[in-house]
Parts: sequence; structure tokens; C-alpha cells
Amino acid sequence: MSAVEDVVTEAPAVEAVPKRAMTLGTGTSLVVLAALLIAPVFVKNFIIFQMTMLLIYGLAVLALNILTGGSGQFSLGQSAFYAVGAYTTAVLMEHFNVNYALTLPIAGVVCFAFGFLFGQPALRLSGVYLALATFALATAMPQLLKLNFLEHWTGGVQGLVVTKPDAPFGLPMSQDMWLYYFTLVVTIAIYIFAVNLLRSRSGRAFMAIRDNEIAASAMGVDVALYKTLAFGVSAAITGIAGSLGAIAVQFVAPDSYTITLAISLFLGMVVGGVGWLPGSIVGAAFIIFVPNIAEGISKGLSGAVFGVLLFLVIYLVPHGARQVAILGQQLAGKLRKN
Amino acid sequence: MHFGRTLRAAALVTATAAIALTSGAALAQKKYDTGASDTEIKIGNIMPYSGPASAYGIIGKTEEAYFRMINDKGGINGRKINFVTYDDGYSPPKAVEQVRKLVESDEVLVVFNPLGTPSNTAIQKYLNAKKIPQLFVATGATKWNDPKNFPWTMGWQPSYQSEAQIYAKWLMKEKPDAKVAILYQNDDFGKDYLKGTKDGLGAKASSMIIMEESYEVSEPSIDGHIVKIKAANPDVLLIYTTPKFAAQTIKKTAELSWKPLQILTNVSISVGSVMKPAGFENAQGVLSAAYAKDSTDPQWANDPGMKKWNEFVDKYMPGADKSDTSMVYGYGAASTLAKVLEMCGDDLTRANIMKQAASLKDFAPDTLLPGVKINTSATDFAPISQLQMQRFKGEKWELFGEIISGDVASE
Repeated sequence: MSAVEDVVTEAPAVEAVPKRAMTLGTGTSLVVLAALLIAPVFVKNFIIFQMTMLLIYGLAVLALNILTGGSGQFSLGQSAFYAVGAYTTAVLMEHFNVNYALTLPIAGVVCFAFGFLFGQPALRLSGVYLALATFALATAMPQLLKLNFLEHWTGGVQGLVVTKPDAPFGLPMSQDMWLYYFTLVVTIAIYIFAVNLLRSRSGRAFMAIRDNEIAASAMGVDVALYKTLAFGVSAAITGIAGSLGAIAVQFVAPDSYTITLAISLFLGMVVGGVGWLPGSIVGAAFIIFVPNIAEGISKGLSGAVFGVLLFLVIYLVPHGARQVAILGQQLAGKLRKN
Repeated sequence: MHFGRTLRAAALVTATAAIALTSGAALAQKKYDTGASDTEIKIGNIMPYSGPASAYGIIGKTEEAYFRMINDKGGINGRKINFVTYDDGYSPPKAVEQVRKLVESDEVLVVFNPLGTPSNTAIQKYLNAKKIPQLFVATGATKWNDPKNFPWTMGWQPSYQSEAQIYAKWLMKEKPDAKVAILYQNDDFGKDYLKGTKDGLGAKASSMIIMEESYEVSEPSIDGHIVKIKAANPDVLLIYTTPKFAAQTIKKTAELSWKPLQILTNVSISVGSVMKPAGFENAQGVLSAAYAKDSTDPQWANDPGMKKWNEFVDKYMPGADKSDTSMVYGYGAASTLAKVLEMCGDDLTRANIMKQAASLKDFAPDTLLPGVKINTSATDFAPISQLQMQRFKGEKWELFGEIISGDVASE
């Protein structure tokens, strides 16, 4: 009995990541940014669409990373926030003719409130219990969207078709390319916000709670406030990702936001490296492209192949993309010395 | 080194093919859109091979096997079918990604038999904007028969509404004084049936239907609803439910020793997963309708069409479970596409494919009931709209009566 308790209480939920290690250096950031800016010019629309989805899932993984990597709380319910964001945008665009760009902040605010409120009861839970509570939220969401009194707005099981925006000011680019750059701008803005948040007073409070809750409260951190705040911020960013997702996919339906999405996002975070923000994009790439690769290897056993690939990643690089990045850095350092 | 040579060879072949293609088109009256050539027709498809609806994945595998058989026989008008099928996991965002991959990366000529109402809704606007056929979609929703607004989308199986109309027509003829109660699932599936019934009964709907009772798919049991319906004392019970609830309903009415005339949707007619769990003795006399032959029914043992189907399964899908209705479905859908491509001749443009698909006349795939024929026109994008009534007797369904047709246009 005591052994079990020991495991539950002593094992740190999330490994402590120093805040410097959470981001990329300026040089690397600029290279990545340049690549993201230039790439769409050379590829087909379909690839641009995939890159857009990559950024969108990247944002959603980033949001989870702030929650788990930053404040040490688990969530398997991110798909619920994603769905709320997506539906907010779809309903506003299709029923109220609101401009797509304006729906993003609205979705963010709605999801922030939703996440903040959900964070209140979640305060009493920690570790696996919190994961279970959020799991319930993710399972309930698709059914809630089908509710009768909401059907007038949500379209019930039929979902809602969203109109894709054209490039403004008569810019000579396809809808896909415009949406990609639009998403890229939003993503960069949120990334910068996230980096600064974690470097700020609030970010230090998050990390103090993550590392040791009792010590944090002894130092005067309002644990309840910062825990719910982390939930709210994470939900808001996930909601904005959901909004962008609805515009890119042009369709929202309850079947799009099942528990599978929540688990994929969680997976993306682990593969990208918990607490390493740039890893979010790597994690997103994993959850978008690896299932396709698995399917290419075997159609009937795509799930099993995906499992094997995932297992390999976890086994070889348990800290995800962060570990690879660190190894790469060390290697580069050695080469420079020689 | 080796890689470089292969690459160069590939480039050469592509260039030759491109030249051959353009010059060929100029010589003969051959017309091609992206995805078709003198040697190949590229067909795209998405299926839920994984996820909640993965049981349907067998449809895609059957279609793949069917086209392999066609290719072994020399293809269609000398062209081989290249069937590219991807997994969408029954998730609309994934469906959009995979269909865009099919169209923009694989460059398929048509997207054929994509499965699921949500997935098809998600890709419909995109495919219609790109003018790419979304042919013979695998869903029973009524909205696919809408040639005016979506001229590039066409259904295949009978829609839920047309099936419901057939029940209504039958009732009007056989039991015009019936007091009807309707039990339906509270979603698009159940509501389509409800609407079809009301439309079919027309002016008599308000007097004949004495009760409409809905349930949520998440309810564990619908016994309470049955008791409530019995209290209203109807003599006809229309069961518009998915398999699990259909079995519960038949069982519960028997437990209440209540014997109304029961009519079941085509979705829930499986002997193995509905009638048997409900109890064969409870299910005697239950009515439904069908459009395809049941592979387990001994009455088709000597049917030439089903013999062909059996040979196909034995040769191209050895070891597959023959009682799976999805294999009958996939065979029927794939043979309809093969027929359309044959009719297209050397004019393999997307516009011509839609034109030919909309001019099917009395086409009867091997797996459809005798007398059920596929008919389409420029204003009728619902290929199968005929069904035959059947009654459960002993341990199987017995067909009876005429083939009834119930065309429904989407508004």
C-alpha cells in the first residue's frame, strides 16, 4: 500500500524543464521561420493545406504543452476545447456572417472562459485523476453537440459547412495559400505570446507549481488561481486552433472532435518533447504524417504499424524531439571545436 | 548511382508517355481528363479502415479486389483500373485531407464510393467546386440526390426516405385504416425515415400516425419507450432504429405479449445481429424491405449472379467471411462504376463520366434482387430506388409482392 502511495506522490508528473530550454535560439528560429515563409511558393496546394493543418495541430499541441509542460497538469480533454473553438467560428460565420478573422478572438475568449470554469472543479484533482476528468469532457463533447436544443445552431449530426475565405485586397494567391499565411501569422503571434508567458511572472508561477506545489504556495503563489489560469490559457489557444481548423477543413461535425483527437494531441506533445515549445510542430507532424506512412506500409494493419512506430520513438528518444535537438546541438558543438 | 539512373529512366518514360498521350489524343477522337490515359484510369476512394466504423472497411477491400479482377480480364476498353484507396478513420478532417491528396497529389479521375454521411458532407463542396465526380457515395442520406446544386455528386443505395415511402405506400394499400406508431432514432438517420413516411402517407399522415416516439442513440435500453407506445394502442409499429435497438424492440413487444404489425428498416435486417438476438420466435411476421441478395440465403444458391459473386470471393478474397453484407455491397457498387466507365468509351472526361452515370438504363448488377434495376437521369441522381417487401419466416426473410419504387429528390 505504502509503496503504491510512494509511487503516486513521489514520481514527478512532469520532468522539470528549465525555462531557457523551452525555446529555440534566435538563429534557429529565424531559419525555421524563413523556411515556413518560403516553402508554400514551391509546392502544390495540397501540400500547403497539409502545412496549414500542421500549424493548426502545432498550436493545439503547444496549448497542451503550456498546460502540461508549464504547469504540470494533464489533460485528455483538449478535443473538447478544440470543438468549442471550431463550432464558435462555424456558427458565427454561417449564421451571423461574421468575418472569419474576427471569429478567432471570440473563439479564444469563449474557450478561455470554458477552460477557466472547467479548471475550478479540476483543482481538486491531480495526476491521473485529472486526466480522467478531462477524458470525460472529451467523451461528452460530441454528444453535447448533437443535443436537440443546440441543433438549430450546430446542425446536429449533419454538422455545418463553412465557406473558405478568399485572399483579401485582390492578392494574387490561392485560398489555400492565403489561409496558410493567415494561420502562420496567428501561430507566430501565439508562439511569441507563449514564450513570453512562460518567461514572465505567471510562467514562473506555473513552473513553481509544476515542480513543487507546496513550495510554490509557501512562496506566495496563488496555486488555485494559476492552475485555473493555465487551463484557461491552454483552452483559449486550443480554441483558436479549432477555429482555424474549421476554416481550413471547411466543415465541422461532432465526429471530427472525438476522443481520438484528444489522444492524438497528447501523443503529439509527448513525441515533440514535454515542455519544449518548438517540439509542438514536430509532434503535430508526427500525428499528421505518421498515420499516412503507416497506411502506406499496410492498409489492414495501419493501426499496428503506427503502434510500432510510436513504440520505437518512445523507446529510442523518450524525451521526444527535444532530445534529438539537444543531441544535434552537442554534435554541432563538437564539430565546431574540431 | 543506381538511383540516378532510375530517376533518369523514370523521367524519360514520363516524357514519352506525355508525348504519346498528346499525339494519341490528336489522332483518334480520344478525350481525357487528369487521371485517365490510353492505358490507365485512376479511381480514388476513401474508407474507414480504422476507427469507429472500421467494420465497413471491407467494402473498400472488396472494391479493390473487384478492380483487380477487371484488370485480370483485360481492363475496361483496354485500360487498367488503378484503384487508390485511403483511410479516413471516419473523421471528416481526415477525409478532407485524404480526398485532397487523391485529387491534387495522386490526380485521380473520379472519387468513387467514399463512405459515411459526415465524411461526404465534408468533401462535397470541395469536389463540386473542382468539378470532380463524387460518384456513388456510400451513405443513405437523401441529400445526395441534388443534381441542381451539386451536379458532381451522386448516391448509389436507396435513400432512407425512399425506403420509408415504400413502407408508407404498402400501408396505404394493405392497411389503409392502420393506427401507426413510429419509433425513431433522434438523428439524421431516424429523421429521414420519419420524413419519408409522412411524405409517403401524404394527406393521410395526420390521421394514420397516432404517435411519434424518439430515443437517443446513447440510451442503454428503449424498453420504456415501447411500454409508452403500447399504451397508445397502435396496430402498426414502424421501427426506425439501428440494429441493437431493433433487436430490443422486437424482444420487448413479445415480452409484453403485444403483437402489432412491425416494420423494420433495411439497416437492421441482419439475421445474425438482430433477428437471432431478438429470438426467432419473437421475430416471426416482422416486415422489411431489401434491394440486394443476402449471401447467406439458400434461395440464391443457384442464382447465376450470386454464383459469379461466390467465384469472385473465392478467387480474389480467399478466406473472407461470406456472411458480411459489405462484400455484396462493394461488389454491386464497383460493378456499377465499371459499367459507367465502359459506357464512357474513349471519352474519359469528368463531364462525360457524370453524363454517363446519369444515363444508366435498367442496369442490374449481379447482387441486386431480380427486378431491382439501376436507373438515373439528368434530374434523378438516385441510382437504386426500388425495394421489395420481405417477411421474416422461420429463420430467414421471405420476399413477397412486387418491386416497389420510391424516388425522392432532395430539396
